Amino acid sequence: MTAPELQQRRKTMNFIKIASAVIIASAFSTTPAFAQESATLKKIKETGTITLGHRESSIPFSYYDDKQQVIGYSHELMLKAVDGIKDNLKLAKIDTKLMPVTSANRITLIQNGTVDIECGSTTNNLDRQKQVAFSTTIFVIGTKLMVKKTAGITDFADLAGKNVVTTAGTTSERLLRKMNEDKKMGMNVISAKDHGEAFLTLETGRAVAFMMDDALLFGEMAKAKKPGDWTVVGTAQSKEAYGCMLRKDDPGFKKVVDAALTKVMTSGEADKIYAKWFMNPIPPKGLNLNMPLSDEMKALYKAPNDKAFE
Amino acid sequence: MAYSWNWQVFLQPSATGEGTYLAWLFEGFKWTIALSLGAWLIALLIGSIVGVLRTVPNRWLNKLATGYVEVFRNIPLLVQLFIWYFVLPELLPVDWGNAFKQTDPLLQQFLSAMLCLGLFTSARVAEQVRAGINSLPPGQRAAGQAMGFTLPQLYRYVLLPMAYRIIVPPLTSEFLNIFKNSAVATTIGLVELSRQAQQLVDFTAQPYEAFIAVTLLYVIINVTVMSLMRRLEQRVRIPGYIGSK
Repeated sequence: MTAPELQQRRKTMNFIKIASAVIIASAFSTTPAFAQESATLKKIKETGTITLGHRESSIPFSYYDDKQQVIGYSHELMLKAVDGIKDNLKLAKIDTKLMPVTSANRITLIQNGTVDIECGSTTNNLDRQKQVAFSTTIFVIGTKLMVKKTAGITDFADLAGKNVVTTAGTTSERLLRKMNEDKKMGMNVISAKDHGEAFLTLETGRAVAFMMDDALLFGEMAKAKKPGDWTVVGTAQSKEAYGCMLRKDDPGFKKVVDAALTKVMTSGEADKIYAKWFMNPIPPKGLNLNMPLSDEMKALYKAPNDKAFE
Repeated sequence: MAYSWNWQVFLQPSATGEGTYLAWLFEGFKWTIALSLGAWLIALLIGSIVGVLRTVPNRWLNKLATGYVEVFRNIPLLVQLFIWYFVLPELLPVDWGNAFKQTDPLLQQFLSAMLCLGLFTSARVAEQVRAGINSLPPGQRAAGQAMGFTLPQLYRYVLLPMAYRIIVPPLTSEFLNIFKNSAVATTIGLVELSRQAQQLVDFTAQPYEAFIAVTLLYVIINVTVMSLMRRLEQRVRIPGYIGSK
């Protein structure tokens, strides 16, 4: 089977998985909430299973490698959190079920109980906090532009009147559309359904720039036919905190997840995980993203917190 | 489930400053209607031609029409959409491909989706036109020929006026399907109804309100189409045939 066929098949499988999970979850959604202890922890203890939400193409945070295994920086941190949950519940082993999510369905899948925890590239912001809870921040990014080196675009002002792509449902999309509206720039904003498609739109010449979180842009570059043709430019339009998404109103569960993540960050273990994904060659093409630890990230590792920037 | 309902969300100004979220939904509503009606015109026109060709005596025209139907009916709609939108511009001469890709993205998305949906549905309409013609008693064709009608006249004055009336109910289903199928355009980024619902979810984190509203809008569209088609069905019914009293 060729790669696109595999990908298509994977997407179909994912759809079946999600659809059946949603049906099952809605059948059980009348389960009473447990007032004092964490409902999620109780569920995990009873079933011995936790469902992890991951992304399919958020390089280097959470994505499939060439063997269809989920890998990435966020994914490793999520597995650390699962270890923490396992220790907390004093279980010998927890079965993990992996559930791919998209920007569009991740909040719903957390809320309806299909997914217990999602660590990918989800921004912690105030609107979302009304519906879900966020763990300690796992990454801090800035929103920038990826352009062809020869395109002569150095910052957002150069985009007036041009086609610009971003991923649907992201903070970048909101900022870009707002900028277009406020400054009357006359950009044509294309909203692709995921990062992979957004980059395809850029690579095939449908758009001159791709606005997204800087780390993800470097990740997409790692997939490009010719990584050397592309560059990341521009003044960061926003600073964003990625967190793991959890169900709201379950502080007991959040406490366990936060404790596990905090331990990873303050113990220096996170520095190693960071180096593995951002300073070393990574799948699928063995490209090194060469993104040194930023000051914000250093501060985060020293004093982990769950604050949103917006 | 811990969910805080907020129906006022539709009246809030949108995150991108383009009006309220309700205005977003109506923008999507407009694109869904435009896309579906445009595609329906293509489907009716090409579907009729291909359907007629499938019943003409000429063997080659017959085979050609059969091939058309099989190709468009057997490839999943989503795959066809990706072919029109992503693959075709790469197969064109480079200059043409680039010219297409540099135009307004909304126009590219709309044209690709309309063509795709129209041709996909035309194969299904063709089958219904063919079924309608074949369901007529052979005596009608024979009578027409006996009158000295040429083949085009036979179709124009004898077969098609009957066939179209017989297939109004299945055509209604196709017409409804086209509105529902138009949601695939969301995958290439057209801001139709489903896309606007997803956008709303991600910017407001109120998934249930958004999808309930969108469901209602689809229902409104389809109930309207259904009642219009039912009226048409009653006006054109043929005494003595199925569906007439």
